[in-house]
Amino acid sequence: MDYLLDIFLISISAALINNFVLYYFVGICPFISVSRQVDMAVGMGSAVTFVMTIAVLISWSITTLVLMPGAPLTTWVAGFFMAPDGAGGIDLTILSYIVYIFAIASSVQLVEMYVRKFYPPLYKSFGVFLPLITTNCAILFACLTVMSHIIGVENPADAWDLGRALALGIFGGCGFTIAIVIMAGIREELELCDIPEPFKGAAITLIVGGILAMAFMGFTGVDSGIRNALMGN
Amino acid sequence: MNDNPTPLERFIQGVLPENPVYRQLLGLCPTLAVTNNVKSALTMATAVGAVLLSANIIISLIRNLLRPHLRIVVFTLTIAAFVTIVDRVLAAYMYSMSKTLGPYIPLIIVNCIIICRCEVVAARQPVTAAAADAVGQAAGFGLALISIAVIRELLGAGTLAGLQVMPAAWPRWVIMVLPPGAFLTFGLLLALVNWITALRRNKQGQEG
Repeated sequence: MDYLLDIFLISISAALINNFVLYYFVGICPFISVSRQVDMAVGMGSAVTFVMTIAVLISWSITTLVLMPGAPLTTWVAGFFMAPDGAGGIDLTILSYIVYIFAIASSVQLVEMYVRKFYPPLYKSFGVFLPLITTNCAILFACLTVMSHIIGVENPADAWDLGRALALGIFGGCGFTIAIVIMAGIREELELCDIPEPFKGAAITLIVGGILAMAFMGFTGVDSGIRNALMGN
Repeated sequence: MNDNPTPLERFIQGVLPENPVYRQLLGLCPTLAVTNNVKSALTMATAVGAVLLSANIIISLIRNLLRPHLRIVVFTLTIAAFVTIVDRVLAAYMYSMSKTLGPYIPLIIVNCIIICRCEVVAARQPVTAAAADAVGQAAGFGLALISIAVIRELLGAGTLAGLQVMPAAWPRWVIMVLPPGAFLTFGLLLALVNWITALRRNKQGQEG
């Protein structure tokens, strides 16, 4: 019950309360450039959600198995070369950024090839966005958040397991999709409006984004409210 | 801009005429995320500048060894290595600042400004040109970050870099230091820059 509640809270927190775009400002570039039409926004959003889930899965596995101090795979490999007590203390976290960005880039390539070969309709709907996503900050941000919940925690029992990490990946992507689709809907209407010349393009998009961010601030505190209501304290 | 600008011209181009934030709309994540006070904006701009300069120099040195299809991978890995260094340095010497900036320091890896400059300049030009371009772009980026941070901190907290500037009775516009303030401030400043550019272009058009 506690576990399910935790997953639920991580999910709504990633999707709504601390929305990746409107609260953490990651993935702003596609938010401004790809949000002209609703169908393109849906394609971009699903591509990001898809890649984010895979990237979180990979980064969670690499962090727990290889990078963190005392990780099983590193200890096992190092056990061949040094004394067992030294092998357990190897800390590879300094390599994490390089490893993550490499993992993201290669998984995007693989996913693109796979989808193009086996699911042509799916490729048509969001395949063109896949190469763009490699340098999307939202993906790396999701990986870093997962890392901070594995390595950054003081008590090892609080470290996130794969379920929590995946909840963050899937619903973080959903939050991105929600934000970019709302934005695209507004921008389709804006086409018909008489906007002052200097505001055309990115400026009005940013101001609309500001108003959206204000609306999303209304979700603040929903997570602790739900926790209090369900746990009864 | 002529075809073969001197290093000084490259520097000046980066600061205003081709400002990475206002003109090219690149690197918006840190622009919006860390500009709620001047100190973190300055630190961020310095960090991006250091990474940009080192990456541009390295890429420019190895530009003849680059293979077209592996180019982007090499750029990204070089940048990631320098970002790791900057991240460790910040954590060692400015621990509280490194905590405040949090994930936005590693996010420099995917900052489009750096990849764009590596691709456009460093992969084609000698070291001096690449370095001058990097310094110019970094200065332009810093200028943009600080212009936003000054407005947000002044209106949101009544301070500048932690010093009280506004009278004590100033009703703090807390919204300015919260996420919506970033979008609004940057949107308005961008419109202002567009407006001034259009005015100047009209004037030049009338004279010429």
